[in-house]
Amino acid sequence: MFFQNLQKVLRQNIREYGMYIALFVIMLIFAITTKGTFVSARNLSNLLNQTGYIAVLAVGMTLVIVVRHIDLSVGFLAGFIGAVAAIALAKWGMPVYVVIPLVLVIGAIAGLITAFPVAQLGIPSFVASLAGWLIYRGFLQLVTAGTGTIIIADKAFNAIGNDFIPDIPIKILPNMHFLTLLVGVAAIVLFVLSEISRRQKQEVYSFEVLPKDIFILKLIFISALVGAITWVLSSYNGISWTVVIMLAVVGIYHFITTQTVLGRHIYAVGGNPDAAELSGISVKRIIYVVFGSMGMLSALSGILFASRLQSATTTAGTLFELDAIAAAYVGGVSAAGGVGRVAGSIIGALVMTSLTSGMNLMNVDISYQYIVRGAVLAAAVIFDVATRRASK
Amino acid sequence: MSTPILEMKNITKEFPGVKALNNVSFRVAQGEIHCLVGENGAGKSTLMKVLSGVYPYGTYSGDILLGGAVQRYRGIRDSEHAGVAIIYQELALIPELTVYENIFLGNEIRNGPLVNWNETIKRAGEMLDKVRLKVNPAAKIKDLGVGKQQLVEIAKALSRDIKLLILDEPTAALNEDDSANLLNLLRELRENGVTCILISHKLKEVIEIADSVTVLRDGQTICTLDAHKGEVFEGALIKHMVGREIDNIYPKREHKEPGEVVLEVRGWNAYDPGLGRTILRDVSMYVRRGEIVGVAGLMGSGRTELAMSIFGNPLGYQIKGELLMKGKPQTFREPQDAIRAGVAYVTEDRKGNGLILIQDVKENITLANLHAIAHRGVIDSNAEIKIANEYKVSLNIKTPSVEQRVSNLSGGNQQKVCLGKWLFVKPDLLILDEPTRGIDVGAKFEIYTLMNRLVDQGMSIIMISSELPEVLGMSDRVYIVSSGRITGELPIAEATPEKVMRLATN
Ligand SMILES: Nc1ncnc2c1ncn2[C@@H]1O[C@H](COP(=O)(O)OP(=O)(O)OP(=O)(O)O)[C@@H](O)[C@H]1O
Ligand SMILES: [Mg+2]
Repeated sequence: MFFQNLQKVLRQNIREYGMYIALFVIMLIFAITTKGTFVSARNLSNLLNQTGYIAVLAVGMTLVIVVRHIDLSVGFLAGFIGAVAAIALAKWGMPVYVVIPLVLVIGAIAGLITAFPVAQLGIPSFVASLAGWLIYRGFLQLVTAGTGTIIIADKAFNAIGNDFIPDIPIKILPNMHFLTLLVGVAAIVLFVLSEISRRQKQEVYSFEVLPKDIFILKLIFISALVGAITWVLSSYNGISWTVVIMLAVVGIYHFITTQTVLGRHIYAVGGNPDAAELSGISVKRIIYVVFGSMGMLSALSGILFASRLQSATTTAGTLFELDAIAAAYVGGVSAAGGVGRVAGSIIGALVMTSLTSGMNLMNVDISYQYIVRGAVLAAAVIFDVATRRASK
Repeated sequence: MSTPILEMKNITKEFPGVKALNNVSFRVAQGEIHCLVGENGAGKSTLMKVLSGVYPYGTYSGDILLGGAVQRYRGIRDSEHAGVAIIYQELALIPELTVYENIFLGNEIRNGPLVNWNETIKRAGEMLDKVRLKVNPAAKIKDLGVGKQQLVEIAKALSRDIKLLILDEPTAALNEDDSANLLNLLRELRENGVTCILISHKLKEVIEIADSVTVLRDGQTICTLDAHKGEVFEGALIKHMVGREIDNIYPKREHKEPGEVVLEVRGWNAYDPGLGRTILRDVSMYVRRGEIVGVAGLMGSGRTELAMSIFGNPLGYQIKGELLMKGKPQTFREPQDAIRAGVAYVTEDRKGNGLILIQDVKENITLANLHAIAHRGVIDSNAEIKIANEYKVSLNIKTPSVEQRVSNLSGGNQQKVCLGKWLFVKPDLLILDEPTRGIDVGAKFEIYTLMNRLVDQGMSIIMISSELPEVLGMSDRVYIVSSGRITGELPIAEATPEKVMRLATN
């Protein structure tokens, strides 16, 4: 009975669980090929920090793809904005609390500019954002031309990409980051409670729910996963600021997409733009909002990356768009529009950074790395199309 | 009854939460026209999808016998090989391709690896002759009307060697002439020995053409009636379908004195820059409070364009003219403006621009009025479920729950979701474009009753319909549209079918 249930649930939700399986398999392979280095506390902590700047892009990209568009310009926009932040800090001596909001706004404006020809003239976003890709690449080289790499000295700024949240001075377990443990436990408790209350509500309305044994298995599995990650992290330095930012972005976007009118409008436009327009939703406005948010998240990604490197380089942001798009697809977004969850994109981002990080550890040649990443992108899209056709 | 060409025995088909077919048995005799009728969601389309291999062997239980041999289709290809051709409720032609390309799509006439286009065009011409369609085989599908497209579908089916032709609501979107045409064609095919299964909610045509009729209700076979024994007449069909008798399908309403003018257009002109021609010329019309105004006319006469141009003009026509809402001049730049001013528009094309098929029933119902169930932009999901359930009950939408994806509902129930969505907007003026297309008699009656209740409560309704009896049965006043102009306005007492038809074709 239990295995029948499990099989049925897996088959029906293969699209959703596929990404977890992919992540698990990839991590397992690297754990074996690197003789455990890949899953060491230090490497996992690094991995999460590297995931940050891809994950925030993937969140924005998910929404862009949901409304049936694409944004190729995000990588170099992130790189360019990282450079702007570096110049503002290093050359103009602006304080960090001014620089960050400033570049976020610049990013949002850049996104709106990409959206303009798409919304007003109906130009394919592929073309509009390809133009952006070239232009921001040019901008990036222009502003870094004189100096080459721009070193950032600002401590607070660099902390974003490199430092960890402070611990509270209670030492129950030696050598463990106690606050991280607390946060982990709180997250698990919150997750379990909210899942149970959601299930009860669905039962009241006699909606379809998972079989009880599978539901409990799911709770245990995810709790164990979160628990394990927390344990590993707290045995090292704890949670980094990057992870905090990443979780905050995913949390906010998850809330917006699932609970708000705006989110519903975005998915409606993706599901059927004509029906959405006739339902009183301004499709143009939604396109501006989605691209504007994409631009802002590109800026955030640029900040995270520059801060991590403590500098802005001439090649910053190269191929970020590929990883973000791949992450979105791995995370379950559909090319047909209207489908895709923001929370999935973080798993997708983890898959993409795991690949890079694992292959780096194995000293795989960069040319092979490109090939593998490309193949994963192709596989994710094919998987998406195939599973969707099967479920029709 | 002669030998059955088709026998379906004890067919049961379940979807999560729904038993769509429950032990259905269905026999069709060689060479007859067999009609399949039943309420929305009774299981008609599902039964035909089982028959045509859309739901392959193993996903249902029961047996299919074609010409006495047991059939186990793994997919549509298998059923096509066995000689079963199905024309679905929604047309499956590719608009950008030509007529001949569509007819032989998936069945290309080859010369080695290449398509033999000359032969294709010649054979397509023959097929078109067979269905009596006079169009250039090189015309693109998108340039043909729905009626002609329907005939192309049939030509496509006939291009293969078929034993059994299945048509799922082929006349739902056709006007009277095209429908009559199609029925004549079916009669001719019958002469030539083609057996035909026809699904329809238009009982008149069922009575006109059927040799026998099978009635489904709630996934079960209720009975099979033989027309040659005089068993097929409207009263009997309705009674078996709905389970009760309906005397007058257009429920009576006290014709009260209408109130003040709610919406008026004056000298309304619309030019479609895409088509490069004027589609509405000098239209003037008004609707008063508590009034049902019918808009009659042939398909393509500009009725939908008129509605769209009033409803915020989403297709971007260039408009000249005056629009007054409750006496005040207004310009609706987008549908949003029209909705805010109290106008709602139920489109004729529910799949194209009415519903978000991949979303569920509740999300569709609340979409046009989300702010009513939101506080500071955050949706109250309990309120949403409550509202959706209210409409599910009041419109009798057949679905296991309001969390069901709309694409999984039957055609008629999708139409009810569309209606629910716009009723939830609580408009002052409701524009209905072909509101009962694909809806069963029982549900039609319910919708008419609902319309009466709404106007009694002070709403105004504009009803665009190609079904003349419906326009004449429900309206207080009728406008007739022809070639983008209003060619007549008649109070209901003076509106006879002859008068209306004359004005519509003028
Ligand atoms: N893919 C599906 N998933 C779940 N339920 C389905 C699916 N397809 C059909 N159903 C359900 O099966 C029942 C029968 O549907 P079907 O489309 O056969 O009705 P129908 O008789 O053709 O109705 P209509 O006259 O409205 O077209 C309905 O309750 C419908 O909701
Ligand atoms: Mg049907």
